[in-house]
Amino acid sequence: MATRTCACDHSGVSSQQLVEEENATPEVFADRRLRRSGAHKIAGGVAGGLAEHLNVPVIWVRAGFTVLTAIGFVGPLAYVLLWMFAAQAPPEERASEMDAKERQQGIALLALGIGLFMVITVLSGSLAQWFIVPTTVGIGGAALVWREADEAQRRKWRDGARTGVTGFFGEGSAKARLRMIVGVLLVCGGVGLFLFQQVSPGLVPPVLIAILATLVGVGVITVPWWLRLVRDLDDERSARIRDQEREEIAAHLHDSVLQTLALIQKQAESPREVVKLARSQERQLRTWLYGPTGYGRGRAAAAEANEAADAPVTFGTLHEAIAVACGEVEDTFDVSVEQVVVGDCPMNVRLTALVQAAREAIVNSAKHSGVGEVSVYAEIEPDTVTVFVRDRGKGFDPEQVPDDRHGLADSIRGRMDRHGGKVRLRTSPGEGTEVQLEMPRKKEAKA
Amino acid sequence: MTTPEQDRKPVRVFLVDDHALFRAGVRAELAAHGQDVEVVGEAGSVGEAVAGIEHHHPDVVLLDVHMPDGGGAEVLRRVRPANPSVVFLALSVSDAAEDVIAVIRGGARGYVTKTISSQELAKSVRRVAEGDAVFSPRLAGFVLDAFSERPGAAPIADPELDLLTPREREVLRLLARGYAYKEIASELFISVKTVETHVSSVLRKTQLSNRYELSRWATDRRLV
Repeated sequence: MATRTCACDHSGVSSQQLVEEENATPEVFADRRLRRSGAHKIAGGVAGGLAEHLNVPVIWVRAGFTVLTAIGFVGPLAYVLLWMFAAQAPPEERASEMDAKERQQGIALLALGIGLFMVITVLSGSLAQWFIVPTTVGIGGAALVWREADEAQRRKWRDGARTGVTGFFGEGSAKARLRMIVGVLLVCGGVGLFLFQQVSPGLVPPVLIAILATLVGVGVITVPWWLRLVRDLDDERSARIRDQEREEIAAHLHDSVLQTLALIQKQAESPREVVKLARSQERQLRTWLYGPTGYGRGRAAAAEANEAADAPVTFGTLHEAIAVACGEVEDTFDVSVEQVVVGDCPMNVRLTALVQAAREAIVNSAKHSGVGEVSVYAEIEPDTVTVFVRDRGKGFDPEQVPDDRHGLADSIRGRMDRHGGKVRLRTSPGEGTEVQLEMPRKKEAKA
Repeated sequence: MTTPEQDRKPVRVFLVDDHALFRAGVRAELAAHGQDVEVVGEAGSVGEAVAGIEHHHPDVVLLDVHMPDGGGAEVLRRVRPANPSVVFLALSVSDAAEDVIAVIRGGARGYVTKTISSQELAKSVRRVAEGDAVFSPRLAGFVLDAFSERPGAAPIADPELDLLTPREREVLRLLARGYAYKEIASELFISVKTVETHVSSVLRKTQLSNRYELSRWATDRRLV
C-alpha cells in the first residue's frame, strides 16, 4: 500500500492517510474489480475502466457502446448504470493523460452512435420521438453532475479533506459550480420536456406541485437517515484514523524500543554498551516525539514540516544539525551532551561550518576533559548565531598545547575564520573549558 | 547538599508520577540524602495526588508533567488554591516546550529533567523549599525563547512583565550554558543571592506575563 500511495501527491501525511483509507481493499480484490478509469476518460471513464477490466483496447469498448446506442438507445443506459455502480479508480492509476486524438475519437463515436440511432428511428418510425430528446438531454445533464461528483472525490483525495460530505458539493471553483448548475438545469429540462409532451398543458402546474411536494416529503422523511449516514461515516473514519495511529505507535515501539531493550539484555555485562544503547535510543525516541516532524507535534506541524522538507534544503535547520552533531559525538565518545537551542533558522554554508566547528569542540571536550558531560548552548539571533560548548573537566593551558595538535587551530579556528566567525576560548587547568563560537548569519555582517 | 547545616530538618517531599518504577527509583535515590530530603508519600494519578498532598502537607511536591487526566497542570490547578504553602517542582522527560511552560505557568517553582543526578535533585528540592526557583538549562532555553524578540511575536502590553532585563537575560543565558548559580555569580561579579533574585524574577514573569499565550507561543517558536 505504501508504495502506491507515496507516488500520488505531496500534500502531506493526512492526505496520504486518506488515500490509504479509501483504498483499504486488499490488493487481491483491487485489480479484479471494475473501476472507472481516469486515464481514458471522456465522460465518466466507464469505457476505459471496462476495457482495462476485460483487457481489450478501449476503442473496441467504445465501438460496442456505439453499436448499442444505435440499437434502441441501450448504450447510454448501460453506460449510465455502469457509471453508477463502478467506483472511480484512485488517482495514482491515472498517471498517463489521455491525448486529444483519443478524446476526439471517442466523441466522434458517441456522435456516430446517436446519429445512427436517429436514422434508424426515423427510418423505421417505430420508437416514439418523445422518448429520445428528453432522455438525451437528461442523460447529458446527469453526466455533467456526476462528473462534478467524481471531480469532488478526486479533490478530496488530493486535499485530504476530513469530512466526507462537505467535499461533495461544497468547495470548488466557480467553473465547477457553473457545470453543476448547467447539469441540474439539463436534467430538469429533460424531465420537463418529457412532462410537457405527455401531460396536457393545463395539468402542468398541479403536476409540478405534486412532484415538488413529493420531493420535499421524501427529503423530510429521510432526514434522520441522512444524518445517521453522515455521522456513521465520520465515526468510522475517525475510528480508522485512531487504529492507524495505534498501529503506527506499535510499529515504532517495536522497531526501536523493543529492539534496544533486547540488545541491552544481551549486552548486560558491558555497562558502557548499555549506556550507549540507552542513550541513542532515548535520542531517537525524543526526536520522534518532540522533534520538528515529531509525533507529539501533531498532524498539522508534521504536514507543515513535510512540506518544508520538499523545499531544496540540504540539511534542514540549525537545531536539527546541532542535534545530529551532538548525537554523533555521544555515540562515538560515550559522553552525554546536553544541548539547549534557542530559536532556529535554516542551514547555510556558514552555519554548516559553525556546526562542524562546534562538533569538533564537543569532540575535544569528550576526549580530553575527563568528564562524561558536555553542555552545548546555541542561540540564534537575527544577526548572529552563537554556540557555547562547555565542560567541567580538567581544562588546559592554551599556551602549552603542542604544535602538532591541530584540532583547535584548524578544525575550529580555521573553519570559523574562513567564514567570518569568531572563536573565544576560556580555559585554564582545573577550571573546565568553554569554547564560544560566533557566526554572523548574513555576509554583510562580516565587516 | 555539599554542606548540610546541622540543625535543619529534612525537606518533606511528595512524589507524583504515573510510573511506579520511576517513583521507586526516585525514592531510592533520595533515600541516600535522608538527612536532607524525606519522602513522605507518593501518588500515581491526579486524584491520588490531590488527596495525598492534602493529607500529608509536604514541603515540596515532585510533579510529573505527563500523566493521564490532565497531568501536572491539573494537580497544580486543584491543589494550589487551597494549599499555597506547598511548593511544586516539575520533573519530566518531556522535551515539549509547551508542556514545560504550562506547568511553570501553573505555579511550579522549577523544572528539572529526569536524567538529573540524585545529588542535584536533592539540591534542587532543598532550593525550591527555601523559596528559590530551579531552572534547568533546558527550561532556561525555553524561557529565553519565549521572551525573545522576533518579527511576528505578540506585542508587548506590559513591559514590567513582558520583557526581561538585560541582566536577567544574561543570567538565563548562563543557566542555559550549564552554569551553576555560584559560577554565574562569579562570572557576573554578583552574589549568589542576587542570581537567585534574578531567577525568581524571571520565574515570576514567566508565570504572570500574558505575552505568550501558550498556543501562540508554540506557533511563534517555529518562526525566525
